[in-house]
Amino acid sequence: MGHLTDSPIDSSALVREVMRRSDGACIVFEGVVRDHHEGKEVESIFYDAYRPMAEKEIEIILDGISREFPAVSVGIRHRLGQLVVGDVSITIVCASPHRAEAYAASRAVIDRIKETVPIWKKERGPSGEEWIGWQGKC
Amino acid sequence: MKVRLLYFAVLRDITGKSEAEVSLAEGTRAGEVWEAMRRDYTKLAAYEHPPLIAVNESYASADTLLHDGDELAFIPPVAGG
Repeated sequence: MGHLTDSPIDSSALVREVMRRSDGACIVFEGVVRDHHEGKEVESIFYDAYRPMAEKEIEIILDGISREFPAVSVGIRHRLGQLVVGDVSITIVCASPHRAEAYAASRAVIDRIKETVPIWKKERGPSGEEWIGWQGKC
Repeated sequence: MKVRLLYFAVLRDITGKSEAEVSLAEGTRAGEVWEAMRRDYTKLAAYEHPPLIAVNESYASADTLLHDGDELAFIPPVAGG
């Protein structure tokens, strides 16, 4: 437990948690709030989550990654609440003895988080606010 | 039986609440609660099929039988990262 935080993410601290003496590669992925989405200006994003379930779903992802990439050590932090352009919303650290599996695991982790973890974002900009993914998807 | 219904994201905005305790008949399935919500909230009327469903913090199908004390949540399209 403890992959979700309401505070700014300290990616360097997460690297120190994840890295082992046997690791020769460390991939740090940071997801960052950008100033646009589908042609619209974005000023801030509010992240909401079903917290206990999100923690469990992240654990399920980590279990799968550890089976598929046994050499890789993984750390995940996802920030919730109100974030502005430039803020880091997620940090994924993947460390391994060699770089290939760390790159692959990093990509797999973020792809799976976007598929299954109950976290939502509401984008706000000059043209209003909108829950991403809601319109026309259900 | 009583079930705790949780609302997140767009569903919290539409319903104006984050949770509710609902009384249901024995044998009610998760998808039937979505049908009731569509009747209660006109903004959901167009959504014939429910979003993803979670029962007790795990994904579940619409035909999952509910039990007294269950925690039920409808999961709008997720957008983490």
